[in-house]
Amino acid sequence: MSTLLEVSGVSVSFDGFKAINNLSFQIGKAELRAIIGPNGAGKTTFMDIVTGKTRPDEGRILWGGKNRSLLAMSEARIAREGIGRKFQKPTVFEDQTVRENLLMALKNDRGPLAVLFYRPSAADLQRVVDLAEEIGLQDHLARKSGELSHGQKQWLEIGMLLAQEPRLLLVDEPAAGMTPEEREHTTALLVEAARTRAVVVVEHDMEFVRRLDCRVTVLHEGSVLAEGSLDHVTANQKVIDVYLGR
Amino acid sequence: MLDAAKDPSSGHGYLDGLGAEPTTGRRGDAPKPLIVRNPSILVFLTALALFTLTVTVLSEAVGPGLISTSFVKTLGKTLCLCLVAIAMDLVWGYCGILSLGHFAFFGLGGYMIGMWLMYERTRDIVATAMAEAPIPPTDAEIVDAIGTQIFGVVGSSEFPLVWAFADSLAIQLALVVLVPGVLALVFGWLAFRSRVTGVYLSILTQAMTLALALYLFQNDSGLRGNNGLSGLQNLPGVAAPQSVVSLWFFWASAAALGLGYLLAAWLVSGKFGSVIRGIRDNEARVRFLGYSVEGYKLFIFAVTAMIAGIAGALYYPQAGIINPAEIAPIASIYLAVWVAIGGRGRLYGAVIGAAFVSLVSSWFTGGQAPDLPLGFYTVKWVDWWLIVLGLSFVLVTLFAPRGIGGLVDLWTERRAPDRHGADLGPDPGALREQEATE
Ligand SMILES: Nc1ncnc2c1ncn2[C@@H]1O[C@H](COP(=O)(O)OP(=O)(O)OP(=O)(O)O)[C@@H](O)[C@H]1O
Ligand SMILES: [Mg+2]
Repeated sequence: MSTLLEVSGVSVSFDGFKAINNLSFQIGKAELRAIIGPNGAGKTTFMDIVTGKTRPDEGRILWGGKNRSLLAMSEARIAREGIGRKFQKPTVFEDQTVRENLLMALKNDRGPLAVLFYRPSAADLQRVVDLAEEIGLQDHLARKSGELSHGQKQWLEIGMLLAQEPRLLLVDEPAAGMTPEEREHTTALLVEAARTRAVVVVEHDMEFVRRLDCRVTVLHEGSVLAEGSLDHVTANQKVIDVYLGR
Repeated sequence: MLDAAKDPSSGHGYLDGLGAEPTTGRRGDAPKPLIVRNPSILVFLTALALFTLTVTVLSEAVGPGLISTSFVKTLGKTLCLCLVAIAMDLVWGYCGILSLGHFAFFGLGGYMIGMWLMYERTRDIVATAMAEAPIPPTDAEIVDAIGTQIFGVVGSSEFPLVWAFADSLAIQLALVVLVPGVLALVFGWLAFRSRVTGVYLSILTQAMTLALALYLFQNDSGLRGNNGLSGLQNLPGVAAPQSVVSLWFFWASAAALGLGYLLAAWLVSGKFGSVIRGIRDNEARVRFLGYSVEGYKLFIFAVTAMIAGIAGALYYPQAGIINPAEIAPIASIYLAVWVAIGGRGRLYGAVIGAAFVSLVSSWFTGGQAPDLPLGFYTVKWVDWWLIVLGLSFVLVTLFAPRGIGGLVDLWTERRAPDRHGADLGPDPGALREQEATE
């Protein structure tokens, strides 16, 4: 399987505290991967680094078939390169309708002038409707997203990610605050998305990770502690010590 | 600084009219024209046209003179202030950049047109005076004489470089938008590129206006120091009386305000409006969607600076004089106060705020307001008005963040479907959360 993203030897410290310590990580073109780890393990910081929010002190991040470095790119550029991100807290534009949120995310020219003269085409509107159906918000297109429930906001954010048509999705704790049924729907969404692209899911909930049924990477103190199937890593003594057995 | 309770600006999105139901078959319809989608535009333009007509009919030049020429000028100036308030609302109310420097752009627009007005008028005067001399003056002599006339007050007679094009109306008109636009681009590029936001950006814009004002105060700035430019109310080569000229400027101001309102409404109506409101509410999220936030901010900052320049270029010929005190930092702060009181994030709010507060201001500070005897103390409005204004600003900020324009919601929301009490799910969610803190 060819590699889509390759992170190697990355370290970053905040005021002397090493949040990420010589981390190496790879993901293939159409792969679902779960990242678990105790609070403060550096999971979110890892996403910050890949999406350009945080600059690593050292290390390389190579992207795509041509192995280009992400380090010199701005956040917006990285997003346009095809890396989408869902934040830990749902962050949608609450003052705007679900449709406006999705249209803003839809893969289209992002330049100010192109956006100024943009009129949604029939195909774009159809795509939005399809996406809304996928995330179960087809009846809420005209509602302000601020009025949605917490879980619906999470889905809307996932929908916005899909609208971007990214090649890599970074999803930070998508199931937080969701009811069991909502979780199930979320699992289905992520598994479906991972059929055509790479998806990295950070999640605390073991049951959720189990249902994703994918390779798991355990982070601890900023580096990889173990990697493999869920059963494999949960059997690992080190993992039990730092995470499961706490 | 201020938290909008509820955003009115998104009420008339470019997608209105598209049903919530995916199966109605309307989803492919082309969006309706802007004016149909956003009835407040039509209401505003109609009101503006009626107002213009009324003032014209009652003016000294056309009608019975119930509205004096000086009041026509006051009203015309107010329209210009409304226009710059719209610019402020775009940049602050919609894009979330609390610029406290837009009056600098306004002043620069005034200076640019003022240079032509003063140059041409002085040339008329000088040429008339010299025509009586036995030997006809050469062009160089006339230019020298103009220089002496204009720059005598600052002890000079040389034309500074900035006056190079003062004899060309076309070029000075272009400079009305170019100078503010380029200054905004340079300033904005430096500030936005370094991700200066929030209160730091506001302070930076204040520093910019202050620096500009201090520079213009100097005699060798080339713009007559603290004397400023004067006699701007006279149109060179036009014999019409002030009562007529004032009406012309009033009409021009009304037209500019109408066009500015339309332009602004168009800017904020489509996906572009969506993106800049997104920047206001959660800049980082927009960035991670792949939009270059800096580019958008720069665009809106420069466009609004140009609108401010045009407003200034129409204002100062009606005021008759411009000097560096006009650009003082406090002027830009007033601008923010008007928009806040009128209601941010809605264009008519900015207009209402600017018109109401500036007219009431000039009533109180002009000495027309009767003093208020309290027995033990007499309230002199000239002194107390600023305190009242400051207090209203604080009160509006705290208790009515939607401003005067929010009163409109009392009426429209009664007719809109009530969506309050929608299920918030297992937890209340995060209303306009800062970017996820991780
Ligand atoms: N900008 C920052 N400045 C200083 N310290 C930071 C910063 N960002 C993260 N950290 C620290 O780095 C460590 C890793 O944080 P991170 O948010 O990546 O953890 P996490 O694995 O996402 O945890 P959680 O499961 O709680 O979300 C934490 O100790 C955190 O306090
Ligand atoms: Mg985290």
